Amino acid sequence: MKYTVNNKGYYGNFGGAFIPEMLYPNIKELENNYIQIIESESFQKEYRDLLKNYVGRPSALYKATRLSEKYNTNIYLKREDLNHTGAHKINNCIGQVLIAQRLQKTKIIAETGAGQHGVATATVCALMGLECIVFMGKIDVERQQPNVKRMEMLGAKVVSVESGSKTLKDATNEAFRYWISNPDSFYIIGSVVGAHPYPDMVARLQAIISEEIQWQLQETIGRNYPDYIIACIGGGSNAAGAYYHFLDNERVTLISVEAAGLGVDSGKSAATTVLGNTGILHASKTLVMQTKDGQIIEPYSISAGLDYPGVGPLHAHLYETGRARVQNASDEEALRAAFLLTKLEGIIPALESSHALAALEKNNFLPNDIVVVNLSGRGDKDMETYIKYKDSF
Amino acid sequence: MNRIQQLFSEKKDTILSIYMTAGYPNLHDTATVIQELQKAGVDMIEIGLPYSDPLADGKTIQDSSTVALQNGITIEGVFNQLRSIRKTVSIPLLCMGYINPIYQFGFESFCKSCKEIGIDGVIIPDLPLWEYEEKYKTLFESYDISVIFLIAPQTPQERVLQIDKASNGFIYMVSSAATTGSKMDIDNEQIAYFARISNMNLKTPRLIGFGISNNATYKKASEYADGVIIGSAFIQAIQKSDNLSDTIQSFITSIRTGK
Ligand SMILES: Cc1ncc(COP(=O)(O)O)c(C=O)c1O
Repeated sequence: MKYTVNNKGYYGNFGGAFIPEMLYPNIKELENNYIQIIESESFQKEYRDLLKNYVGRPSALYKATRLSEKYNTNIYLKREDLNHTGAHKINNCIGQVLIAQRLQKTKIIAETGAGQHGVATATVCALMGLECIVFMGKIDVERQQPNVKRMEMLGAKVVSVESGSKTLKDATNEAFRYWISNPDSFYIIGSVVGAHPYPDMVARLQAIISEEIQWQLQETIGRNYPDYIIACIGGGSNAAGAYYHFLDNERVTLISVEAAGLGVDSGKSAATTVLGNTGILHASKTLVMQTKDGQIIEPYSISAGLDYPGVGPLHAHLYETGRARVQNASDEEALRAAFLLTKLEGIIPALESSHALAALEKNNFLPNDIVVVNLSGRGDKDMETYIKYKDSF
Repeated sequence: MNRIQQLFSEKKDTILSIYMTAGYPNLHDTATVIQELQKAGVDMIEIGLPYSDPLADGKTIQDSSTVALQNGITIEGVFNQLRSIRKTVSIPLLCMGYINPIYQFGFESFCKSCKEIGIDGVIIPDLPLWEYEEKYKTLFESYDISVIFLIAPQTPQERVLQIDKASNGFIYMVSSAATTGSKMDIDNEQIAYFARISNMNLKTPRLIGFGISNNATYKKASEYADGVIIGSAFIQAIQKSDNLSDTIQSFITSIRTGK
């Protein structure tokens, strides 16, 4: 278990809980209880039941025949896009809300960038009848209106964040500030980021993805692991979930794809492992995009879900140890991959997931290789962007 | 004994510590503000090192940090501005900043510069006690720099004792579950918390901060601690000042006397 968190909350050199003292009791309570809750029979029963009957799991592992032909290999798509609310985010939200209930918390808060995690959180709060506040940067509120309206229709209060650069990192800061002032609330973080135990807790709740990949591959190819898994990383939760059961199986090559934006050297990028260095962001020591003075840099990607100036500490560790190959895809490469998948397979992917698909161009696979691409979400939310570029690809 | 420890061992009436943002309102105001604060009779100063993502701060201090960063302030810049501050200022000085910029500057270089300049203590709100004890305690102690920890109303009793044990300057009592500048009154619940901590007979002196903004809250809080810390209210007072000397003088007088 080289890649699991240690008892201090670290993955190798990364992780920890750099929280102000005001949050200590909350984080401690969670740390003391999360594993026990997740492993309890009552949690598992409810979690599995909701994943099956509410989210619609297991999500299909689909052999993309025409895409496989094009790349002369065997490509399987893990269809997280088919989940209720359209992405992998809901796996985590269901799990965390069940944990919140077991800790007697009735008010839920969350941050969101594009709005996917916000919508997933608002959805489970509607389901459970819990109060929900979602923090969203003012700029994101303006450019993601349909998701704002969805959250509001689901009964959530959306707070437009005016501080800092008014995007995801500031929404996260504001959620932390609210949590400091309202310690009775429960903060559902949307990725494998933040103070320990969040990265490990979120990874465990997304691990359902790799658990299913194991048995689905066993059923279809008679072997319970692939040669490659490809996933995009913003904070890294869909990747963490897709990798989880394969982390110690070195026969599986893990390919993490970051958003290069307009290019890693363009000054408009979100390729954290290339552009970042070790620092502390949102209470975790990890790779961070920052100035030499330690001020956080606002990243850029066409995909709002990958537009984050850090990666989860697990991914910093996988990168540093060489366990994962970290690559990146530009806006243009991601768009090209999205249009290709749509044309060949009739699936419109989320822009985030398109970055993972773009890696198919950048690696040489053998005809016998089994390549799983984690299709983390569907493209409905990105239609405006796709329409804008439809004649360019 | 450094200046902080000396202050607490000598001064018997209310200690007033002021938080200011370095490089604010203008880049080169840092030393002036410090000098004027000493002149106005404050006992100690916390020099805020601006950060782009100040998680524990409310709007006033966030905004002042943003302005200071736009002005071009950096940790190195602050240290350069303060190279000769000890020629004119004798009260204890602390730096208050988030861990990431200090981590990039390098903890060892940071301590060294603090020592050279005459900074007596640091407050790093997102440096948890465990990390400090494991990785940084020896370093700060070797430079005789006091590291100040926070406690809040929800801090469990045994943890208060742990923090008391680890402290060698003062304990920063956050007055309520809040970020800086959020609350401008002191209610009964807070008083119960102040009294509870006061009755613990800790070895370390305590200052109460967050939400102290006027003579009434200053007086109330000081009944239960060795003194108070004022940040947001001070930043608000100087943000539009056209004469820092007068503004600072009258702000401090109003806090101390209510007039
Ligand atoms: C569809 C989709 N994929 C990926 C991500 C990126 O998040 P993570 O890296 O945590 O999987 C998002 C975030 O909003 C998303 O909506």
